[in-house]
Amino acid sequence: MIIHHPILGPRDAQEFVYLGDANLIDRPDGMVAGVEVFHDYLYNRTNPAGEHQELWYHEQGDRSWLVVTRNTVTHEITRVELARDVARARRRTK
Amino acid sequence: MTQSHRIEGGQIDRTKTLRFTFDGIPYQGHPGDTLASALLANGVRLMGRSFKYHRPRGPISSGSEEPNALVELRTGGRQEPNTRATVAELYEGLTANSQNRWPSLRFDAMGVNDKLSTFFAAGFYYKTFMWPKSFWEKLYEPIIRRAAGLGSVTREEDPDGYDKGFLHCDLLIIGAGPTGLMAGLTAGRAGKRVILADEDFRMGGRLNAETYAVGDAQGADWAAATVAELSSMPNVRLMTRTTVVGAFDHGIYSAVERVSDHLLTPAKGKPRQILWRIYTGRAILAGGATERPIAFENNDRPGIMLAGALRAYANRWGVKVGERVAVFTNNDDGLRTAKDLQSRGVDVVAVIDSREGGDLLPGIRHLRGAEVIDTSGKLGLTSITVRQLNGRSETIAVDALGVSGGWNPNVNIHSHHRSRPVYDPAIAAFVPGKDGPPGLLVAGAAAGQMSTHAALKTGRDAAIAALDLTTAPELPQAEDAPVGITPLWHVAHGKGRAWIDLQNDVTVKDVKLAKQENFTSVEHLKRYTTLGMATDQGKTGNVIGLAIMAELTGRSIPETGTTIYRPPYTPVAMGTLAGRSRGREFKPFRLTPSHHWAKEQGAIFVEVGNWLRTQWVPKPGETEWRQSVDREVLATRKSVGICDVTTLGKIDIQGTDAGAFLDRVYANTFSTLAVGKCRYGLMLREDGIVFDDGTTARMGENEYVMTTTTANAVAVFRHLEFCRQVLWPEMDVQLISTTEAWAQFSVAGPNARKLLEKVVDQDISDAAFPYMGAANITVGGLRARLFRISFSGELAYEIAVPTRYGDALLREMLARGAEFDPIVYGTEALGVMRIEKGHVAGGELNGQSTALNMGLGKMVSKKKDSIGMVLSQREGLTDENGYRLVGVKPVDPQAKLTAGSHFLEKGAAPVAANDGGWLTSKVYSPHLGHDIALGYLKGGDKKIGQRMRIVNLLAGLDTEVEIISPHMFDPEGERLRG
Repeated sequence: MIIHHPILGPRDAQEFVYLGDANLIDRPDGMVAGVEVFHDYLYNRTNPAGEHQELWYHEQGDRSWLVVTRNTVTHEITRVELARDVARARRRTK
Repeated sequence: MTQSHRIEGGQIDRTKTLRFTFDGIPYQGHPGDTLASALLANGVRLMGRSFKYHRPRGPISSGSEEPNALVELRTGGRQEPNTRATVAELYEGLTANSQNRWPSLRFDAMGVNDKLSTFFAAGFYYKTFMWPKSFWEKLYEPIIRRAAGLGSVTREEDPDGYDKGFLHCDLLIIGAGPTGLMAGLTAGRAGKRVILADEDFRMGGRLNAETYAVGDAQGADWAAATVAELSSMPNVRLMTRTTVVGAFDHGIYSAVERVSDHLLTPAKGKPRQILWRIYTGRAILAGGATERPIAFENNDRPGIMLAGALRAYANRWGVKVGERVAVFTNNDDGLRTAKDLQSRGVDVVAVIDSREGGDLLPGIRHLRGAEVIDTSGKLGLTSITVRQLNGRSETIAVDALGVSGGWNPNVNIHSHHRSRPVYDPAIAAFVPGKDGPPGLLVAGAAAGQMSTHAALKTGRDAAIAALDLTTAPELPQAEDAPVGITPLWHVAHGKGRAWIDLQNDVTVKDVKLAKQENFTSVEHLKRYTTLGMATDQGKTGNVIGLAIMAELTGRSIPETGTTIYRPPYTPVAMGTLAGRSRGREFKPFRLTPSHHWAKEQGAIFVEVGNWLRTQWVPKPGETEWRQSVDREVLATRKSVGICDVTTLGKIDIQGTDAGAFLDRVYANTFSTLAVGKCRYGLMLREDGIVFDDGTTARMGENEYVMTTTTANAVAVFRHLEFCRQVLWPEMDVQLISTTEAWAQFSVAGPNARKLLEKVVDQDISDAAFPYMGAANITVGGLRARLFRISFSGELAYEIAVPTRYGDALLREMLARGAEFDPIVYGTEALGVMRIEKGHVAGGELNGQSTALNMGLGKMVSKKKDSIGMVLSQREGLTDENGYRLVGVKPVDPQAKLTAGSHFLEKGAAPVAANDGGWLTSKVYSPHLGHDIALGYLKGGDKKIGQRMRIVNLLAGLDTEVEIISPHMFDPEGERLRG
């Protein structure tokens, strides 16, 4: 696979490490949320057959964490963003 | 031996002779020959034995689809089983041996299987070897294992190199027949970066095997001229002997280039094969088509061949396979074979054409509406029996038979993303379906465009479409004959066996049996009969098999459907996939700064992650590892020992939020740590399990230095970046890994300070540099870092200098501190001392254990949010009687402990229900004079002082032990504060 890194351009997927569902961005506040909320955050996934937002880390590169929007059926990648930008944007809309 | 079957013509260089042997017999051939063509030229048709019935077999094809003519090529470490003689390029000195036979190819004892064939029908494994159960392991399995398999693997190391490479292009063209060459010409002339790959050593594809014209030249000459033009283009890369084996995501293809397979030995510095990864803008599959046979009784004898192959051997290689030849066909292409052979002076005695009516070939006995119903000839074809339209049977003496059941487009690569081929009745074959790999176009015969004109045209049009071109070359004139096929899959007659999959010995009967037992789906058919599961993956047999199943079940072929294909298109050697990653180069090694010194001392090394660390450093006279390790431990505790701890991960953490960041990634608090101090940190995963531990020092207001375990250095850094970028992007914190920037040594023992005072420039007295101190210092003016931390329980420091000074620092410390008899200790002594002190490491940081399990539950601060804090409070992780870290010693000091042993109460049966936990780490303590261990014991904190048993059924161990505190040496910690 090829991931179009927003800063570095097209890069082979072998340069990256895969983490999983990008909902890991939305970590609850541990001083507020309890075990149940954290359990949902950590374990519950939608596992779609289709478009999926997921976290990839450019370990053999610039160490950026990326949010990659990938179709789990076709592997087509429609969007790649810096996770930092996505996280900041999600916070603003909260 | 003379080349008795060589005729005029062909693309071989008759000015040169190549000598080779097959089963020890010497033969001769010419450059341009394959092993198969050269053997056929020498009148050798018998080349192998079949897999199950050990039937005598010869080649049926002239290409990579070959199921029969598999040989062992080369000898010694280069011996290669299952090489297809039809694609093995002849070279001077080639040695090949037949396989799957004993004692000889002509007489094979296992041929008895053929007589017992009723016992070996489809599914025989599942039925025959069921009962009695006890027979399986001792009797059935060894017999099956001995009989199974094709060829044998050499036990010697492969002396040749394999490589991997990466290529980029605008257009990859897979196959250099008329379609691929025309596509290449179109894209090449337009200036595009083109890669044209073909599995053959000569480009041109089927044009090399045919006699018809392209433009005003012979097809093969047009191909040669086109290749010459393409090779003059700097933007075109021609890759012969290169098979594109797989289509992967986003336009990436893999290809195997056989760089040196056509040579006796690779040229110096050259690999045998290269696995290429090709990044493409677009790709065109121009892989042509593969002819399929017709199933009839005893259709597997040497001399029976695909009609197109018979023609190829005559036209391309100047070889007549037989003296008296017949052709059996259901389509017009078979007639070409008869015509070409006759024009080359071969005696074509009959054409058996299953189609009724239509024109007859002039000058040849052309039987319409006729079928071949049987053959004879033990080791090679001697005659065929033909049933004519009027029902009369006739036996015709022939020594070669060309069979054409039609041509199957090579759709394989188009299916690699699960696209299902669709049936095209016009050519009675499957063509590429929808949703192939994005960016891949299919043209020519691979797309079901079977004429030369259609190949050229669709090749050109595909290049135009793929690259959006506005100009294109003129199309040369070429034949545009229709396919003219009336499907015939198998000849219904008698009770004999009619082969479908020659390599796996699957016959029409097996398909009938599968149907009878209701394995009617193509996927079940495949698995039940093993149709298409051999090394050729059913390239000639699959479609016949499913067509027969369609017939038997009364369904249409589209309703029956087809299995699809996965990479690789043809078999790929394991060595090619491994590339350079073997032996010493299997993975990279990282050497510590003290490696050269240690090597000089004859140290023993151990792999820790990618690192090679010193395990122990034997002294003269020490013959057993324990002698060295015990000495290193005792010497360290008595005076001073030095250990290279460079491998521990080091991460510099800076920024105004550095302290707050650490509070969130560590379970305990770091923002309150004073500048110039270290603290032990415990890092959890979000699920509450311990991730890693280490000491972190505050070097300045906004500057920390974190250490991680060796094993987790990379994972911790990745995790910190995740926290920084993804969880808390608003924090002002920067990270950099400095693991490789600093050489770091632990200096431990009562004389550690005295030794260090001889090398450092600063005052490091207990008052100036107390326990858990950290400072930037200098060593003879050189910048350095000093931490007063201890993993051994001794007065200890870790001193770091820039990596390139690490070796010098070690030698300097040993030289200047000579009066203290310093020793260097390795990972074994390190382990002994940490277990004596009850410090957790790999065995305890096992990815399943919590801070509570480790006796560190109080370290998880609930006054702040940190990774894992919430979920570490889960019910299941806070069980009062859960696992707790304990120390263990045997009641009898002579008794041995083994890590992995389980805790049992006295008198309890050694069953899982009574399991109390397990030993995580075990060493011999030279101070205590007996084995000691750490372990996780259920409710262990309440069992200190009790006696239990340690049981290890594998090691035959059942030992009484005492549960003790994990802090087994100097529990008050007086030594490290000294």
